[in-house]
Amino acid sequence: MATTATIARAEADADAAPVRSRIEQKSDPLYVGRVKVHPKAVDGKWRRFKTAVLVLCLAVYYAVPWIRWDRGPGVPDQAVLADFSGQRFYFFWLEIWPQEIYYITGLLILAALGLFLATSLFGRVWCGFTCPQTVWTDLFMFVERRIEGDRGARIRLDKQPWNRDKIQKRALKHSVWLVIALLTGGAWIMYFTDAPTLARTFFTGEAGPVVYFFVGLFTLTTYLLAGHAREQVCTYMCPWPRIQASLLDEESRIVTYQTWRGEPRKPLKRNEDWDQRGDCIDCKACVAVCPTGIDIRDGLQMECIGCSLCIDACNEVMDRIHRPRELITVDSERSQRARAVGLSAPPRYVRPRTIVYVVAIALLGALMLGALALRSNQGVTVQNDRNPLFVRLSNGDIRNGYTLKILNKLNEPRRFDVTTEGIEGARLFAQGGAPADRLTLEAAPNGVTAAKVYVVAPPDPERPATADLTFRLTDEASGEEGGHGTVFRSPAS
Amino acid sequence: MSTRPEKDTVTGKSTTGQEWDGIKELDTPLPKWWLYVFYVTIAISAVWYVLFPAIPYGTGHTNGLLGTTTRGELAEHIAEAQSAREAQLTEIAATDLPDLQNRPDLLAFAVQGGEAIFSDNCAGCHALGGAGQHGYPTLADDDWLWGGTYPEIYQTIWHGVRNADEDSRNSEMPGFGDILSKEEVAAAATYVQSLNEGMDAAEKASPEGARVFAENCTACHGEKGDGDQTIGAPRLNDQIWLYGGDFASIRNQIHGPHHGVMPAWGPRLGDVGVKMAAAYVYNLGGGKQEAPTQ
Repeated sequence: MATTATIARAEADADAAPVRSRIEQKSDPLYVGRVKVHPKAVDGKWRRFKTAVLVLCLAVYYAVPWIRWDRGPGVPDQAVLADFSGQRFYFFWLEIWPQEIYYITGLLILAALGLFLATSLFGRVWCGFTCPQTVWTDLFMFVERRIEGDRGARIRLDKQPWNRDKIQKRALKHSVWLVIALLTGGAWIMYFTDAPTLARTFFTGEAGPVVYFFVGLFTLTTYLLAGHAREQVCTYMCPWPRIQASLLDEESRIVTYQTWRGEPRKPLKRNEDWDQRGDCIDCKACVAVCPTGIDIRDGLQMECIGCSLCIDACNEVMDRIHRPRELITVDSERSQRARAVGLSAPPRYVRPRTIVYVVAIALLGALMLGALALRSNQGVTVQNDRNPLFVRLSNGDIRNGYTLKILNKLNEPRRFDVTTEGIEGARLFAQGGAPADRLTLEAAPNGVTAAKVYVVAPPDPERPATADLTFRLTDEASGEEGGHGTVFRSPAS
Repeated sequence: MSTRPEKDTVTGKSTTGQEWDGIKELDTPLPKWWLYVFYVTIAISAVWYVLFPAIPYGTGHTNGLLGTTTRGELAEHIAEAQSAREAQLTEIAATDLPDLQNRPDLLAFAVQGGEAIFSDNCAGCHALGGAGQHGYPTLADDDWLWGGTYPEIYQTIWHGVRNADEDSRNSEMPGFGDILSKEEVAAAATYVQSLNEGMDAAEKASPEGARVFAENCTACHGEKGDGDQTIGAPRLNDQIWLYGGDFASIRNQIHGPHHGVMPAWGPRLGDVGVKMAAAYVYNLGGGKQEAPTQ
């Protein structure tokens, strides 16, 4: 195994690979027009893996809103639903209330940490395989290829004048794109409203202006982003390429052109001696299949989304010219430096940064699971009246008023036995009732019930003007307990 | 640090001519569509200038073709809020006040509206939350001058106390300074101050006071000092004192009584307004379910 230092030494000994000179532009324009990318179809292990991920992602996306989950009467039976009007987020057995939004925050942090970990290990695999922009662009390209043909045919069609054939093909392509975009936008809205109802009312015109607006908006954005903008989204609009670049290190296993093996590149001549040249025959197959239109042989660059299709393309060519596969491969920078000088550097997955990410994911995951397990189905907050702070009654007793807000997360009404602690001789009552040691309050199902409660206590010169008082609530059915501290105020004596 | 723009050897592009600790920034050109989006926003702003109030001049500003004004929007919002409240207000008008107590949703609406009315109109004297102050009764306690049932509260708010309204609550306690001797007034004050400990204790504190009280005060305040809500005669055997519970305050009140005055709110608040204010006051903690029998 070669360390970085030994690689550096070996590198110094060996001749550095010649740096390819580039064509210099005469002057830089302020704005550049789009150079349209026409990716060529390719087959291989990465293409098949990418297709499998694509089918899986789309299947999950379109199917999930249709899964039913019975929660009892009066509540939605959709398994995954962000119910804005009802102020709930449903996820199978979970029901998140607005004040529990930190669960979503935790989930997003977990997702971010997962992305950090995946990126530091394998580069931009998120961008290359699972990002919605990638998935839908791939889907739209598939449609485009089926209708207009592969790369060459599409380039010809682009240049061709508008005739019957071109109009037909283009009309068909854009129609299919729009249908997919509509389904995409529609499916997205199904995460926010009942899916079967939406599917029925959408086409009868009863779905309401908000639904039509958002379906229209997401249809338009899907059509524009996946059909037209494509790699421009990754290059100009998305912040991830910049952030992910800083997550990579020399151990990250990324899509790599093995320069030491490929150079010097030149077109293949009959019966050429492989010892005198690199394996790259400069066929540009890797460039032709690239969905962002870059040349991977220039090394790691911001536009590369790590989709690995150039590996498949190059392997096809290597097979044909009977050279070893994987001239373009998945490897780390350190390993490449080692190979260039005839050493080997096995992958190092356990590194300080991956350890930090894994530990952070484990900690946060445990924290989330713990919080979910200890999640209470009830809660109470108490607000003491500030006007008046206290009231003196005819018999000299002191009365304080409180507003109890009782949270009931269950889908059934509950009765709570309410008592107080901390003030001697304190009795409590609700409006219209007689003071007693305990009070029964009803909490409406699935909501917060506000109840006005008065506490009466005899005057006591020993008691401070502001004394601690605690309300204790016990669910009459389940015995689940809760409480909230507040104060009892008396006139300063 | 500024350097001269130069060609970057790796990408072949120009740099911006700025350098930070050896790091140089590429002068990458923007995509054209980005520029077009910028033009579109400028076009939208031009449309905005035509449609909405935008350009100020000396004494005013252009109004825009749509004629939108923030005052107009406010008026619309108020009208919307009014029409949204209409159903409940009609319902409250049609509901008897005691029945209101059995309709939680409508009651909550009435109490909320009543709180706003109370804070605007009543809190000046009775203080926020009906806390009261010296000379202005506390409305949150369990003691009432003119009665704490719904009809009584409604009557008091609508017609007020000791004012020009012909149905106004009205009563007057004579100034006993002109009727009794100084010593008799003081004795009565001593007696009244001890009444909340019972009649016997009060008589013990001042036998002379007991005599004076029996001869002069019981007609209105009752034999035991229970008061009479039909004529607004305050209860004297409790711990609540409108004008102070110390000896001097009670003596002064017997000598030359203060009389509280309250305007008639009916003409200003209207039936529904008075009802909501009554619902609020009733639910401050002291509302009485039945009319007192005394």
